[in-house]
Order: sequence, then structure tokens, then C-alpha cells
Amino acid sequence: MTTLTDPPAESFKLSMLVYDTRYRSITFQILALVAVLLLFGWLTMNTAQNLNDLGKEPSFSFLGESAGYDINQRLIDYSSQSTHLRAAFVGLLNTLLVAAMGCATATVIGVIVGVLRLSGNWLVARLMTVYVEMFRNVPVLMWIVLCMAILIEAMPPPSAFRGDDPDATMKLFDSVAITNRGVYIPEPLFSRSLGDFHVGAAFDVSINLIAILIVLGASIFVARGIARRADAKQEATGLRPRTWHTRLAVIVLPTVVLLAILGFHLGYPELKGFNFAGGTYMRNSLIALWLALSLYTAAFIAEIVRAGILAISSGQTEAAAALGLRNNRIMSLVVLPQAMRVIIPPLISQYLNLTKNSSLAIAVGYMDITGTLMGITLNQTGRELETVLLGMLVYLAISLIISGVMNWYNNRVKLVER
Amino acid sequence: MTDTAFDTTPAIDPAALKVSDEVAIEISNMNKWYGSFHVLRDIDLTVHRGERIVIAGPSGSGKSTMIRCINRLEEHQSGKIIVDGTELTSDLKNIDKIRSEVGMCFQHFNLFPHLTILENCTLAPIWVRKTPKKEAVETAMHFLEKVKIPDQANKYPGQLSGGQQQRVAIARSLCMKPRIMLFDEPTSALDPEMIKEVLDTMIELAQEGMTMICVTHEMGFARQVANRVIFMDQGQIVEQNEPEEFFNNPRSERTKLFLSQILGH
Repeated sequence: MTTLTDPPAESFKLSMLVYDTRYRSITFQILALVAVLLLFGWLTMNTAQNLNDLGKEPSFSFLGESAGYDINQRLIDYSSQSTHLRAAFVGLLNTLLVAAMGCATATVIGVIVGVLRLSGNWLVARLMTVYVEMFRNVPVLMWIVLCMAILIEAMPPPSAFRGDDPDATMKLFDSVAITNRGVYIPEPLFSRSLGDFHVGAAFDVSINLIAILIVLGASIFVARGIARRADAKQEATGLRPRTWHTRLAVIVLPTVVLLAILGFHLGYPELKGFNFAGGTYMRNSLIALWLALSLYTAAFIAEIVRAGILAISSGQTEAAAALGLRNNRIMSLVVLPQAMRVIIPPLISQYLNLTKNSSLAIAVGYMDITGTLMGITLNQTGRELETVLLGMLVYLAISLIISGVMNWYNNRVKLVER
Repeated sequence: MTDTAFDTTPAIDPAALKVSDEVAIEISNMNKWYGSFHVLRDIDLTVHRGERIVIAGPSGSGKSTMIRCINRLEEHQSGKIIVDGTELTSDLKNIDKIRSEVGMCFQHFNLFPHLTILENCTLAPIWVRKTPKKEAVETAMHFLEKVKIPDQANKYPGQLSGGQQQRVAIARSLCMKPRIMLFDEPTSALDPEMIKEVLDTMIELAQEGMTMICVTHEMGFARQVANRVIFMDQGQIVEQNEPEEFFNNPRSERTKLFLSQILGH
């Protein structure tokens, strides 16, 4: 008969903190943490002391002061009398605008180029290779400046539109003017407008826009219902009814009716004096930045898409073909759903890169958050620490939101193993 | 469905299985090159309905390539392939027709990992045959029962063993109600103890009169099920005969060497 006893209690020796594998890693982690905290503490103390010596108390009160500078490309009302906070907000919206436009275009171009690079057509595949290699091997700043230079040099000045026999004419039924200052496009106007909705004192939100979004949302909801009914029909009878035209009508018609009720019309840009007036316009700086960022990032996305498709073994395509599926169905039902899982994680970092690269906007004078908050506001107020910290916080927040959303999507489409 | 559980290897008399006079596949004078490499040379082969053909041969002899030509996973460059009266040309309609008549199982199963077992089995019936989903699910469950894994229907391929995956692959092909089945080394990627469960499924299929062409190294299966064994080497059909004759009295030297190598240990 054996008796069970507790293992012998070990006496704890101080040397075990370093030589015993159970404690060793904890010891070193605590040491590293202490060192990092000390370093940060020293930096903060030192900075605070030096700022104090200069008579600069860290303070964010400058955000409430009048900015005193103009911003030429903006999505919301702003004048030089507005506050620095509002200027920063205009900049933030501009960053988000170019980032969203850039991500969307880059994805479309990237997917097309990536698929075409795998094309059996020798010429097409080679052309796409040339495109990818050209764009991803030159710094994006140069592409931005080059795009800007081309837009300025190649487009006619507004004065060329004047006179009885002008050198340049407006495009698309005299509604769009492409000049070396920017592209002038018609603006949406409402003759029976519902007015604006005031959020606090600073921000106005157009009720028209809200109404349109609500109607559009409801229409899309109904259209999805129709699509679900088609799915159900397909499940029941095997035949999928053709519904794209009813769905299109359901989405388009209510919105068109609402637009008519609101008295929607376009305000066309017109040449007045030395420049165009009326309409809205995208400055060259925005277009150049958008183009360059899209084309540059698309080159990377193309490689990601190509790798994603190549990662799906040819056995998958063969098995699907052997079952009688045609190429387009093989792509959409078998290859792409699997390729997405390979594509999305690196795609997230490309979106983040594009968003952060948009801070190069300052090179062509596009006023994004870097240009406003960390550019002119910094120069005018001398609050370098505060503005840069705020700016970093903004980029961090945008990036975290983008990766959060994309990771959520990625988790949803992940493969089930074991 | 008969209640034949293949827990023990079933006794099957190949001669008892009927082979009709009707021609299922006719290959005449078929040639194929990979670049300048002549993979298939002057292949002539007629397969009657109900035949169970085993193709053997050393690796690189063109066995897989030949059966992959039958449903156009590979393109032949000269000669004729006629499947069920339809000539295989580059005409998409003919290819679609033939592919929906011919099922195929692969060495690496090639199940779709993003779909459940059931979805794997219903994908093609729904999108190719335009079967109502309910009916497709019923058919799929019927064939999954037949390969004895109906309880795995809602799992994903990654959660199944190799043998189970290959049986699912067979069920997936059967869901398209093919008249001819092609097997491309269906047991080569399996652990020894899983080989039997797959072979049993194939034997059951043979008993039901399915026309089968099987590339395999399982000579026991060939002896037991096949009504004809074909030996290929260097892109040519060297010899073909009934299993007994083939194994006992091989005619060519190359066949003798091959058989001594694979049966010798």
C-alpha cells in the first residue's frame, strides 16, 4: 500500500527569479515594463519642464480661437472666422473624403488589374505587369506631384473658355468644365428645400440629404426583400426569376419621385469674369491626390488579388468544372469566396497605407487634417505638441476603425477547420 | 437501397455484372502534346455501358491525362472522343453536356472547403441542373446515406477524415446523376485503413451497373471489380485484357516488369 503525499515543498530562493524557468520570464517582463515606464516618465517630465520654462502651458484652448485662414476645398461651411476646431474638422472630412474615394477606386482597379494579370492574353498580362511594376516601385509622393503637374499643364486655364471662339469648351452638354484649377461640376440644388437641421451651434445637416438617404435605404431594403423572394423561388422550383429590373425600379423610382418633390435641379457652373462661378468643384489637388493614391495602392492590391486567386489550388477549379459549372460560376461560387480569405488581411493594410499616405496631400496643397491642424493651425498657434498629438490620435482612430470593420468581415468569412 | 453493409469485403463476381453492347465512350486515334512532349499517342479505346475499367501503369505514363481528356479537363489535339453520342469539341454546349453526364473523383478529393458537406453536394445540381433546393437536398442526403456519412452533412470538409472526404466527393459526383464515373487515383492520398471504405463504396457503385473508368494502383480492386484492365506506358495503351488473363499471362515484357514490381513485395 502506497501513501499519497504532497510533493515536497520547495523553499523559494531569490536566485530562482533568474534561473528558474517558471519565474524567469515574469522577472524580465516586470523589469522591461519598469524601464519603459521610467523612460516615458522622464520624457514627459522633461517636456513639461521645458515647456514650463518657455512659458508654454500645454493647453487645447487654441481650438476655440478663430482660425483666420481660408480652406479652398471643403465639404461643410467654413470661413476664416471659424474656429481652429472647425478647421481641423474640415481637414478631417477632407482626409476621409480622399481616403474613401481612394480605397474604393484602388479596390476596383486593383481587382481588375489583378485578374487581368492572370489573363491568358499575353499582351494584356504584360501590360498589367508593366503597370504594377511602374507604380509600386516609385514613391507615391512623386506620383502625386506628377499627377498635379499633368493636370496643371495639360488642362486649359478658365480664360480659354472665354470669347466667341474659345480654345476650350465645357464637356457633357456644357455642364462640366475641366480647367487647370480643377473640375467644375453641377451642384445639386433644391427649390423646395426642407432646410437645415442644426446640431449645436456649429454644424448644419441638410434635411434633404437625410430624407433622400432614408428613402434610398428603405428602397434598398425592399429590393433585398425581392431578392430574397427570388432566392426562395429558386429553392422551391430551381428557376431563378429575373428580378434585376424590378429591383432597379424599386431602388430608383422612389428616390426620383422624392427628388422631384423637393424641386431638385442642378446648378451649372458658369464662366463669370476670370473664373467659373456656380456649381461645385473638385480642385486639382484633390483629383491629383485621389488619382495618384488610387493608382499607387491599386498596384499593391492587384498583387494581393493575384496571389489570392493563385492560392486557390487548380484542383478546386477542376472539381467545379468536372461538375459542369461554367467559368464565371466557378469564379463567383468557388474561387473568389475562398480567395477573399487570403485577400482581406493584406487588403486591410493597403487601406491603412492609403489613408496614412493621404497625409502627403500637403505636397499639392490639399487641405486635409495634416494640412489644417498640423499645418497652418500649428504654425499660427505654435502649439506643436498639442496639434501633433491630436493629429496622431485622429489617424489612429481612423485606422483602428478601418481595421476593426475589416477584421469583423474577415472573421465572418473565415474557413472552418476541424 | 439495399442493406449491404461492406463491413466485410463483399463477394462479387465481375462476370455476373452485365455489360451492354451500347457504347458509352469511344476514343479513336487521340493524340495530345504538352509543348513538344507527346503525352498520349494514338489512343484507341471503346467503353461499353456497364464496363468497369481499371487503368494501370507507371507514373508519367499518361493514365490520368487520358481520363482527364474524357471530360475536357485536358484538351486533346487530334483524334476523336465521343461520349454518349456527343463528340467532344471546343463547343461549350457539348462540353457542358458531357460534363453533366460524366462524374469525376480526384486523388485529393477537391471538396470545396468553404461549403458544408451538404452544400458541396447540392451546389452543382442547383446551379447546373437547376434543381429545386429541397429536391437537391433530398438527393444529396440519399447519396450521403449511400456512402454512409449522412450524419456529417452539416460539417465542413476540413472536419472530416480523408476517407470520409473521398466518399463525400463520390456522393457529390453522384448527385449530378452521371452515367459514367471517372476515378483518378481515388485512394492514393489515403491512409491504408481508409482505403477500404472508399473501395467498398466504389464496389457498391459497380454492382449497381455504373460505367466506371478507374486509374488506380489497387490491383486487388482490379481483380475483384474490373472486367478489363488496361496497361499504359509512355502515352500508349500497351496491353488490355480481362483481369485474370492480365495478371496471370501478361503478354508484353513491359507489363511483366510492371506487375513484378508492384506485386513483388
